[in-house]
Amino acid sequence: MRTIVNIFHQLGRWCEPIIEGIIRLCGISAIIFVFGIFFFVFREGMGFFFGGLDIVEFLTSPEWYPTSLSNKRYGVLALIAGTFSVTALAMIIAVPFGLGAAIFVSEFCGPKLKETLKIVIELLAAIPSVVWGFIGLTVMNALIIKIFHVPIGLTMLNGGIILSLMSVPIIVSIGEDALKAVPDSYREAAEALGATRWQVIYRVLLPTAKNGLLAAVLLGVGRAVGETMAVLMTTGHAVNMPNSPFDSVRTLTATIAAELGEAAVGSDHYRVLFIIGVLLFSITFIVNFVTDLVIKGIREKA
Amino acid sequence: MATDLNSSRTSPEIVAPQLMFTATDQSRKKQLMENIARGIFFVMTLLMILPLVLIVVYLFVKAAPILSPEFFFTNPTNGMRAGGIWAPLLGTIYIVIISLLVSAPIGVLAAVYLNEYARESWFTRIINLAVVNLAGVPSIVHALFGLGAFVYFARMGRSVLAASLTLAIMTLPVIIASTKEALGAVPMAFREACWNTGATRWQTIRGIVLPNSISGILTGVILQVSRAAGETAPIMFTGAVFFKAISEGDVLAYGLLDRFMALSMHLYQLSTQVPGVPEALEYGTAVVLLGAVLMVNALAIALRVYLRSRKRW
Repeated sequence: MRTIVNIFHQLGRWCEPIIEGIIRLCGISAIIFVFGIFFFVFREGMGFFFGGLDIVEFLTSPEWYPTSLSNKRYGVLALIAGTFSVTALAMIIAVPFGLGAAIFVSEFCGPKLKETLKIVIELLAAIPSVVWGFIGLTVMNALIIKIFHVPIGLTMLNGGIILSLMSVPIIVSIGEDALKAVPDSYREAAEALGATRWQVIYRVLLPTAKNGLLAAVLLGVGRAVGETMAVLMTTGHAVNMPNSPFDSVRTLTATIAAELGEAAVGSDHYRVLFIIGVLLFSITFIVNFVTDLVIKGIREKA
Repeated sequence: MATDLNSSRTSPEIVAPQLMFTATDQSRKKQLMENIARGIFFVMTLLMILPLVLIVVYLFVKAAPILSPEFFFTNPTNGMRAGGIWAPLLGTIYIVIISLLVSAPIGVLAAVYLNEYARESWFTRIINLAVVNLAGVPSIVHALFGLGAFVYFARMGRSVLAASLTLAIMTLPVIIASTKEALGAVPMAFREACWNTGATRWQTIRGIVLPNSISGILTGVILQVSRAAGETAPIMFTGAVFFKAISEGDVLAYGLLDRFMALSMHLYQLSTQVPGVPEALEYGTAVVLLGAVLMVNALAIALRVYLRSRKRW
């Protein structure tokens, strides 16, 4: 009996370095995957990036005619404008409501209601983007046509509303975390001076938590820029420089989703879609990096 | 004694009338501002939540007529215009399970590394940054990655395997984040006590840290399931197809290298690519997908609430 235990003991001792090695490997897996994503996406697009693509035209021309027979154009300015206009519209709606809801949940409501609201918000965050797209396509489309008397409801406005609904839960939960991170002694000190709740929020909490709230908004932006299915289904899918919320637009993400299936593998069109992927990756990387710096800034101050 | 104290507290002569608070103009204004602010924030919260709840209810009402066992167990027929959702439902279950088998061990071990092994250093910061970034990469970029790396480079072709691996990488941050939180909640004293008995790092993790955080880890795994089930973009080009007939009722109908149908993809196709689909069919598919995801999430929340109620430290 004892020898068996001993054998297992020895075995365990030999195994330990192996197990630690595996754990370390898994630990750095996130880095491997991030580089892997960049590498493989860039690898597919490389052939056209170094051979034939006019970068200046790519970034500054609004003409996107990848399938034209005589006059192929690969300009993504209209798509970039589409992405940023929809994102901006979504943020105009989502930021005040999201931060307002975060303040209400964090400061105004009792523990029971708070718990309930947080669960509802968490469930809302879980709704898949294709279901959001479906809601935009059916419910929101009909509503917009009815309310604004426009012929088509699949527009920048529709996409913006759907995206705002999608990013609100993130903004609320991160914003609430930021407000929670403000030490209670700040609130107590202000209240001891006779300040009301609103005065505490306006004069003490908002200035103290502003970095955290900024991070919440940035994460919302990141989600909105990267969202694919919902905008693909709701924005109407016309390559346009947007002029008004009632224009149909197309975003970077939707273009990849819509055209990758049709582009012949290895063609310029196929490769340029991967270059758009690299562009998207870079945009979200920068947004996330800035968010991380903002959050790190909070931690160092605290 | 205690009753004496109470009665003296409530006795009227303690609060003399002249000491009572009288409202001034300024305090009234302050109170008004307070009420306005509270009202505005409450309305804002309500405006965010109420329409959504209404929409979800509306979807369920619209889908009600078609939701029967038959709907779940028959294949789509007549060019997707009739029949049920058996093939997409089974496909979704396949990719969820396989992606879970890949991402759960990697994610949990990655979190173990970050929480138990790594010291605070620039390298750890880079790993954390990479995790955040992995979570922020747009789903369509994950699709491009899956296409380039798994479908073409690894020669898996468009298949269940390629799509599952793409989903696994995409959902990895969910598991890492929640496992890290669960591990972090285990008090340091537990580990120290174990080390003092001569246990090695790994023995401590296996014997003390993981058993004490298993339920928190499980919550993360459940959230991964919900995320994987709902995603569309990453599987669009890595294996999910418009239509694939499989035998009804056969749960082993898909092979690892087969193309497959998935619920999320099916909903996208029904609502945008096929003209003349009966409304109930679309709503039915949407509600099954939504219902499954919400149920899985509710399970995670219930687990968390239960855990918090019986936490021992």
